[in-house]
Amino acid sequence: MLIRYRGGEGMLAWAFHRISGVAIWVFVTLHIIDIFLAGANPGAYNTVLQVYASPIGRIGETVLGAALLYHSLNGLRIIIMDFWPVFTRYHRQLWYLNWALFTIVGLPVAFIILKPIFGQ
Amino acid sequence: MQVDLRILRYDPERDAGPHWVSYSVEAEPTDRVLDLLHRVKYEVDGALTFRRSCGHGVCGSDAMLINGRNRLACRIRVEQLGRRRISVAPLPGLPVIKDLVVDMDGFFAKYRSVQPFLITDGPPPSRERRQSPEERARYDDTTKCILCAACTSSCPSFWAQPDYVGPAAIVQAHRFIFDSRDEGADERLEILADQDGVWRCRTIFNCTDACPRGIEITRAILEVSAAIVERHG
Repeated sequence: MLIRYRGGEGMLAWAFHRISGVAIWVFVTLHIIDIFLAGANPGAYNTVLQVYASPIGRIGETVLGAALLYHSLNGLRIIIMDFWPVFTRYHRQLWYLNWALFTIVGLPVAFIILKPIFGQ
Repeated sequence: MQVDLRILRYDPERDAGPHWVSYSVEAEPTDRVLDLLHRVKYEVDGALTFRRSCGHGVCGSDAMLINGRNRLACRIRVEQLGRRRISVAPLPGLPVIKDLVVDMDGFFAKYRSVQPFLITDGPPPSRERRQSPEERARYDDTTKCILCAACTSSCPSFWAQPDYVGPAAIVQAHRFIFDSRDEGADERLEILADQDGVWRCRTIFNCTDACPRGIEITRAILEVSAAIVERHG
């Protein structure tokens, strides 16, 4: 039904919020494991850090940054509506504002993370 | 013009499961989807089953999933759908009895659970219960609900957790909680503070988009949530 129902911006905002939330949870789990390795197995920890610094690792970090940024911006959108329900009238505009901020903040961050891949 | 009307049919006595059946129907752009369903029922297959009563968006009987969104078949015209292929299915998330008819018992049980009637202490006054225009305006929006279930059955939280009381019941509770004449707000807020109450709302807005009466449902749900927080705060 999730695929069949043609929801609007609100449903998309929620779906992305869920997906980004799961992605963040996966990273936090991974992060707990790699920090654990720093004490338990320093050699394995160094290998993990090398994976993080590889091109695939940097793409992963960019995706993680995007998930964090979207999740936090949309979280603020939800908080605004929670505190002032009258803003539900403008939930679409708030979502578009989210994407504007996402682009303004996200593009430079992605550039900085991905720059070493291109040897700069 | 010819319209390709696809209907999700299901007869529990004959079919293993729901299946799509296509009908080529002659239609005017100003015809409503309800008119097309009538045409199929009267001229092609009399066994086609669906609910409708007033046919003018007042009774709320003919809510169904039309082109992927919950709407009233009597309120949506062919020209509004913008294409000649129209799909009609029963309301999602509710048990199907036959064709487009769903079991509404659970929906109405939730409606009754929020005590959708005036609660007052003491004997009734000798004259009317007075209310200022401002007090009446406070809950005006939520008096418009026709209990069609388009909102509740469009809610992903309800699909995932059928015990969720759902938007329609919360709208009905809102109508009384913010009525200055009513004295049952505490009871209703207690009911809605339950784990299957207002907290299951994820501000997805499908309910608001689906409401044929234009009720700001998500806003009403958030106002009830705020009232619960204030009551406990």
